[in-house]
Amino acid sequence: MANTIENAGTAPGAPVAPIRRGSPWNRRYRKYMIPWMFALPIVLINIIVVIGPSLSAFYYSLTDWSGIGPADFIGLENFRHLIFDDMDYRRAFLNNLGWLTFFLTVPFAFSLFAASVLARIQRGSMFFRTSLFVPYVLPAVITASIWRNLMSPTLGIGAQLAKWGVPGLDKAFLGQPHTALVSIAFVDNWHFWGFLMVLFLAAMQNIPPELYEAARIDGASRWQEFRYITVPGIRPTIVFMLLMVAIWSFLVFDYVWILTQGGPAGASEVMGTLVYKQAFMRFEAGYASAIGLSMSFFAGLVIALFLYLRRRGWEI
Amino acid sequence: MKKFFGRGRDISLAPNYILLILLVAFALGPIVILGFNSLKEAADIGRNPLGPPTTFHWENFPKAWEVGNFSTTTRNSLILVLGTVSSVLLLGGMAAYALARLKLPGGSVLMLYLLVGSSLPVQLFLVPLFFLWRQLGLVNNLLGLIIIYVAVHSPFAIFLLRSYLVGIPPDFEDAARVDGANEWQVFTIIILPLSWPAFLTVGLVVALGVWNEFLLATVFLTQQNLFTVVTSYYNFTSRFSRDWSLTSAAAIMMIAPILIVFLSLQRRFIAGLTQGGLKG
Repeated sequence: MANTIENAGTAPGAPVAPIRRGSPWNRRYRKYMIPWMFALPIVLINIIVVIGPSLSAFYYSLTDWSGIGPADFIGLENFRHLIFDDMDYRRAFLNNLGWLTFFLTVPFAFSLFAASVLARIQRGSMFFRTSLFVPYVLPAVITASIWRNLMSPTLGIGAQLAKWGVPGLDKAFLGQPHTALVSIAFVDNWHFWGFLMVLFLAAMQNIPPELYEAARIDGASRWQEFRYITVPGIRPTIVFMLLMVAIWSFLVFDYVWILTQGGPAGASEVMGTLVYKQAFMRFEAGYASAIGLSMSFFAGLVIALFLYLRRRGWEI
Repeated sequence: MKKFFGRGRDISLAPNYILLILLVAFALGPIVILGFNSLKEAADIGRNPLGPPTTFHWENFPKAWEVGNFSTTTRNSLILVLGTVSSVLLLGGMAAYALARLKLPGGSVLMLYLLVGSSLPVQLFLVPLFFLWRQLGLVNNLLGLIIIYVAVHSPFAIFLLRSYLVGIPPDFEDAARVDGANEWQVFTIIILPLSWPAFLTVGLVVALGVWNEFLLATVFLTQQNLFTVVTSYYNFTSRFSRDWSLTSAAAIMMIAPILIVFLSLQRRFIAGLTQGGLKG
């Protein structure tokens, strides 16, 4: 390819370089400058928006800062407060762990089951795949408001069931401390599981069908096929998504904020909503940076654990 | 023969279909109920919250458009979507071209950097970014938010476009270079037309992400005249939460364009979204 670039200069009508072709500067210009001129704009935007502020978050997390004016350096005080004093943070962290537990189990069970059911059929498979994926493209505000009404004690499914003589589900699930968080997780999962299902389905379609035929000749049950062929066959996809979902679980914000804003009385508070409240409602930008940093730390911890287990020889 | 040896042999598939229909009812039922309610009168919803409407109140839609200030919010959202998509495609495409074709020196470092950058959570840089943006006058400014969206979405775009460009045979470019085209001409005249499927996929995924985005839009656009359809709907539902017929009509108007584009380009959409791995 280097040759053709050189040749380009000799072709008629070629753009004339200001310096004689072949000079060292010209060669460097072609080798370094042109490619970087293509890459530089997006790199600069990325540095200004993502990397720069991410690095300064480390500094601000060590300060008392309202967001306006100078930031007072206070060392590790924010983190001391975070770990030892802040009961809101502790509850939010535990809620994130609950969220993690929910999302590492429910959507995976749901979508693995659905994908294995769907992988067996031919006719209409496209229709089912598309239909089950539709909730994933809806914005969180819409999903949230649909389910806020479906879970309403007066207008929702529970109220309808109570009218038909099935009592017990006409509760304000989002308004009660012990059901708020799991209700939000349910709504988020309604939106999310179809995405996982499509990923698993695509992976399952790469499993050689001969494996299933051999299993069937050996008299394997459907469960045995699932357990010993399907799951091992798509294990890389499952493991990767477990990793991603675990990371996302520490960063959740949208559904919690839209449905309850962390309420009632902090019962569904997560670290993501705390950052928002501290930074933009209480103007504790330094402290908010510390919480944001801790969320990133937990997400990083998940990656570190993954790499550690892989190094220990787990086949993941 | 194929049927005889096929996977479904001598196992009835009826239970599979029944299960799948139940799952589809679970996935689409709530959206259908939303559609029903968008056509009811507010009082009607109290009597019949889940069933189909008895009388059709199409006037809910123009009313929700008016009350929800949709002409402004749609304009804002479209500016954000078009601005972000075009910038991501142009700037991300240029970077992908440099990585795939120009043997960018330090290319592998750039890839690693983008990988790290794309896995940094928004919450890590959100707070310092907000106060930096306020100093620069970019808060409550559509351009300011477009810049952020471009930065957030570009790593995914670069990865996907790069892997597509790597697969294009270099013959056309080489021919163009022999004919005296410079790299910019090669990029715009040869590469862009050849790789439009990848650009379309990226464009769709980015457009959906921007149209639906909530956290950054909430933080960076706080003036009512700059609300997007999403943040405005959020405020709309908190102000008119009891008028479920109007909020349903507003919701239908918001998701109709998404559903139409999704259903008409669903293969491309699903392929792009499953490669992008955004949670949203």
